[in-house]
Amino acid sequence: MLEIRNLQASVADKPILKGLDLSVKAGEVHAIMGPNGSGKSTLAHVLAGRPGYTVTGGEVLYQGRDLLALAPEERAREGVFLAFQYPIEVPGVSNVYFLKAALNAIRKHRGLPELDAVDFLALVKQKAGVVELDEALVKRAVNEGFSGGEKKRNEIFQMAVLDPALAILDETDSGLDIDALRIVADGVNKLRNPQRAVVMVTHYQRLLDYIVPDFVHVLVEGRIVLSGGKELAHELEKKGYAWLEQAPAGASR
Amino acid sequence: MNAMAAAAAGLESWLQAYEAQPSTSLDWLRALKFAAWERLEKSGFPGPRDEAWRQTPLGELVKTRFARPNGVEPPLDRIRQLAFDGAFAGQEIVFINGRFAAELSTLHPASGVVIRRLSDAMADGRVAGRLGVVDAAERRTPFADLNTALFGEGVFVEIEDGARVRTPVHVIHVSTAPAGSPSATHPRTLVIARRGAQATLVETYGGPGGEVYFTNAVTEIVLEDGAVLEHLRLQRESERAFHVATLAVRLDREARYASHAVTIGAVLSRLGLDVLLDGEGSEAALHGLFIGDAGQVLDTHSRVEHARPHGSSRQLYKGILDGRSRGVFHGNVLVRPGAQQTDAWQTNKNLLLSREALVHSVPQLEIFADDVKCKHGSTTGQLDPAALFYLRSRGLGEEAARGLLTWAFASDIVGRLPVPAVKAALTAFLHQRLPSAPEEAVA
Repeated sequence: MLEIRNLQASVADKPILKGLDLSVKAGEVHAIMGPNGSGKSTLAHVLAGRPGYTVTGGEVLYQGRDLLALAPEERAREGVFLAFQYPIEVPGVSNVYFLKAALNAIRKHRGLPELDAVDFLALVKQKAGVVELDEALVKRAVNEGFSGGEKKRNEIFQMAVLDPALAILDETDSGLDIDALRIVADGVNKLRNPQRAVVMVTHYQRLLDYIVPDFVHVLVEGRIVLSGGKELAHELEKKGYAWLEQAPAGASR
Repeated sequence: MNAMAAAAAGLESWLQAYEAQPSTSLDWLRALKFAAWERLEKSGFPGPRDEAWRQTPLGELVKTRFARPNGVEPPLDRIRQLAFDGAFAGQEIVFINGRFAAELSTLHPASGVVIRRLSDAMADGRVAGRLGVVDAAERRTPFADLNTALFGEGVFVEIEDGARVRTPVHVIHVSTAPAGSPSATHPRTLVIARRGAQATLVETYGGPGGEVYFTNAVTEIVLEDGAVLEHLRLQRESERAFHVATLAVRLDREARYASHAVTIGAVLSRLGLDVLLDGEGSEAALHGLFIGDAGQVLDTHSRVEHARPHGSSRQLYKGILDGRSRGVFHGNVLVRPGAQQTDAWQTNKNLLLSREALVHSVPQLEIFADDVKCKHGSTTGQLDPAALFYLRSRGLGEEAARGLLTWAFASDIVGRLPVPAVKAALTAFLHQRLPSAPEEAVA
């Protein structure tokens, strides 16, 4: 589904990603771990197409197409979803309106009829349950006045409604207490299926106790230096990242 | 009349208009008009050195020679549009080029409220001594004087003691002028809400697109003890028209006034609000939205004077500026000595949609009492790139995302509009101006 080859990217002329390779198949869950500043969030934003991130080399194929040539909204319509580390507050725009407009833009792109208000609200009711999101929040302005946990739940709720093929979760566990983390993780687990791939970016191993990945990759200084199964996360938890900072790129175990 | 003084002040064509007025048998009216004309002759129109008008380019307006309207009628569909296409439920008083249009007005006898043509009300003796809130030395402006000197017709509304008038009153001024022959009107409105009375007033000013004319309006509002007025004002003039408006409001004890001023039209628009909290515990809530494009200059000057204790004023003005348009917000809150326990709050927020658009924002406080709570602030910026990306990352196109965020910026003003037909009309306008904005109110 996703093939990243030798990806290089800069922010404000500072190289962050320095030749990153990653291959993700449908149905897989990949965790990208690494120390602060290693490029985890940059990877997530480059995949979603955030302005200000310049790709200086390499390629990203998504379902066989050049992902980097697409505008952010085109990527979303093709099934890419980014759950933000810091979801944006949009005063004056209700969650429901925003999400209906987004979903219908995606459906239109796929040649599906637009959902009317009744069908959409039924869908919202059903999906809000996935992350136990209060329906009152669904009707409020996007993320405005939401707690940290509510914002993260809202991200996963949006993911549930938009039904992406590739979900990228950027530090979805940050700022969550253990109860909120469990609810968010349960939500993501409910959304796992053989057609969908998930790439989770996280600093801590904690999230991986709840969303168990198929693969774990360690990102250091813009390259994946180590890849393995879920047990690699536990090793990192014990040993930290320092010992990897000199490891040769592309090592595997 | 002193033609030389008029010439010196650049007022020749206005002098002709002044002298061409039909004579009146009302001595007080003649004296009022004469005094106003004399003041105007002395002051002339404001120039670039006049602090209160420094950001308001009056050159074209002052240079243009405006004739009296010559009987041309605006297209009926534009009139209907300005009357909310029949969606408005209430009293409607329509003026075409300053002339009362009985055939277009719908006035039902209603208990508790008197609605009259100003000329009739003056002849009946209802107006003498009550007109002229704006003429007090400190609040007069040359344009208010011009209106007083030249107004012929207008509306008089009096809401009786304790009356709660549920259906809103809509005063519509439609102007039109043939190409090459700009004309001017000086609409005058006087609203008096007696003790404990409650009502809603809507004012609309508009004309067909592309026409050059000048509307110089004055609206005076007196709220007696405990009276409550919701006042909506829509400026939907031709994009080439000149619109200068003076709005003067006096609040007595525990009166409450809410203003919602929407400014869309005119190449040059100036709205001067002057709100005097003249009774203890009175409250004013002023909201405004100005939406400019092309080379429009949209200017709002507000002055709120707290003269008595325990008053509160809230101001929220928002500007959305595209093209080469320019917004001006100048807000002055004055707290007089003795107006203790005043609670005043003033905010101006502006959204610039193009590189050429510009805003001058000057919030001011002048406080002469020591036990007060006053706050003011001003922000001007562009659409938040982080919010734009967030919306796009969910599948909304860039234009749709910009439209939605722009709409959201305006939504707290639109959302407060207490008359559904007005809210719907503004929503439709926003949708037309920002094609990707929602067709219905959201959040």
